[in-house]
Amino acid sequence: MTNFERVKNIIINTLEIDEVASITMGTSIMDDLDADSLDAVEVMMALEDEFDIEIPDEDAEIFKNIGDIVRYIEEKIN
Amino acid sequence: MSLVGKNALVTGGSRGIGKAIALELSKNGINVAISYINNKEKAEEVVYEIEKNGVKGMAVKANISKEEDVLNMAKDIDAEMGPIDILVNNAGITKDNLIIRMKTKEWDDVIETNLKGTYLCTKSFVKGMMKKRYGKIINIASIVGITGNFGQGNYSASKAGVIGFTKSMAKELASRGINVNAVAPGFIRTDMTEILKDDIRDSLVKSIPMGRIGKPEDIANIVVFLASEKSDYITGQVINVDGGMVM
Repeated sequence: MTNFERVKNIIINTLEIDEVASITMGTSIMDDLDADSLDAVEVMMALEDEFDIEIPDEDAEIFKNIGDIVRYIEEKIN
Repeated sequence: MSLVGKNALVTGGSRGIGKAIALELSKNGINVAISYINNKEKAEEVVYEIEKNGVKGMAVKANISKEEDVLNMAKDIDAEMGPIDILVNNAGITKDNLIIRMKTKEWDDVIETNLKGTYLCTKSFVKGMMKKRYGKIINIASIVGITGNFGQGNYSASKAGVIGFTKSMAKELASRGINVNAVAPGFIRTDMTEILKDDIRDSLVKSIPMGRIGKPEDIANIVVFLASEKSDYITGQVINVDGGMVM
């Protein structure tokens, strides 16, 4: 599984959505997937568990789309 | 009962209202952790009584106004008992004084324990509740947080703060299956009210329509209700338990 797929799975499970095909690197969690701020925090918490990293709030604030998240995580785990 | 096997933390559970809450929860099959600040012996006695009800009990020394203490407490409880389902923010202190005589330390101490402590404990345990989509947070406020009280500027401000915090948390967490409510005790017989002078006590009792002082168990009963599935549709409320003092 690629990191993008792992992130995508976390988002799908956390937000309990089923439109899997429409999620791309350019998808915004809040604008495109109708997540509220609490959902976004929960996605971050779940990603922290999945990748065993810490994502400080200041970092999470600058993510614009899923691509930003994947690149951030890859930088952290490599 | 669906409460059987759930885990609760009662801060300040070694005496007074907190002790009554801890014991009542344990009678309903709930494992109960209590925090205490000084009196280890008293805390251990409460744990002994909790365990007599056939559930797990534990006592953790923690100053809830200190973030480090709260984080360590959360770790200890998680290791020994597992995730907390029911959080009772009960620990509180008074340092009564007239505003003209109040020391800033008296103000800070009361706000830090009663209000900041409630915030720190909530923050520490809410993550686990969010993940489980289940949780009951019960904050012990006071009717003076609603009415104000002569000589209790710091205490009443801290309790009014707890009430505002309760309502905000109820709004933030409702969609995650977490209920947040406050209980506002009136005049309850504890060490905190035992120090009052006789004439003050007498005049207080006169202001209670029921004409008597409440028992810690009166608070414990409503906390058990708010911890149970019977209160699943109630959130963001302040329930006065005061013999009719404030209406």
